[in-house]
Amino acid sequence: MIHKEANLNQALIKDKQCDNLFVLAASQTRDKDALTQEGVERVLKELGEMGFEYIVCDSPAGIETGALMAMHFADSALIVTNPEVSSVRDSDRILGMLGSKTKRAIEGLEPIKEHLLITRYNPNRVAGGQMLSLEDIQEILRTPLIGVIPESEKVLDASNQGVPAVHLKDTDVSEAYKDVVARFLGEERPMRFVDAEKQGFFKRLFGGR
Amino acid sequence: MSLLSFLLGERKNTAGIAKERLQIILAHERGDSGRSVNYLPALQKELIAVISKYVKVRPEDIRIQLERKENLEVLKVKIELPDPARP
Repeated sequence: MIHKEANLNQALIKDKQCDNLFVLAASQTRDKDALTQEGVERVLKELGEMGFEYIVCDSPAGIETGALMAMHFADSALIVTNPEVSSVRDSDRILGMLGSKTKRAIEGLEPIKEHLLITRYNPNRVAGGQMLSLEDIQEILRTPLIGVIPESEKVLDASNQGVPAVHLKDTDVSEAYKDVVARFLGEERPMRFVDAEKQGFFKRLFGGR
Repeated sequence: MSLLSFLLGERKNTAGIAKERLQIILAHERGDSGRSVNYLPALQKELIAVISKYVKVRPEDIRIQLERKENLEVLKVKIELPDPARP
């Protein structure tokens, strides 16, 4: 796409489970640095003209040009972090970049709307003092929370099978992701899966982890 | 004691350590974006020189601190005057 070797209709892949969802993959053969700001802008504009309501740019992990490309033209940003020092630290840097290096920031327009999504959260470990709490992370990053995804073994199961975690029927992970989407669309929903289970003495002794 | 804490399933509070580490790293990284901190030692030196002209103070009686809260920066200068009763 970026090199104008294909057009959007050829490059877009329709999602199997969702009717109006299409995926545009990044090049697997070329360097990710092949992306240019002009190229990304052109593709986004064309997608907008095709009538897509939301365009989600997944940012590569880490803080490199890829991330800058993904965020440059954003209206809203979802910062995904997990309760680990390295992750929260990177999120802080990304938040700094959102507020200084993006189109909206450079042109002095209304700032990008920032949302914080915490994944792999384990309320029991938080209660035991072995994991940063929601409150800690929010206090450090000072960004409104849009959702909390509980830590779950199911996520790897889903990933192994190539199934999006939101399609894992009747799991806390899937419910939590649906809550995130609803909140993003403006609905108010209370946070779920954020409180520790009460563990009895015997469970801790024999069955606890 | 260790047997008791083992039985109770007690573990070290590592979350507190994580938070503290983060706060230190981020205070440092956020501070790096400006060059503002560099003048602090020089400012302290000059302040000592100026104040010494009028009052006898020891260098360690003057403390300078730069604090950041949200988008507010507070420069705190604390000068401890010598006890007049004890020259």
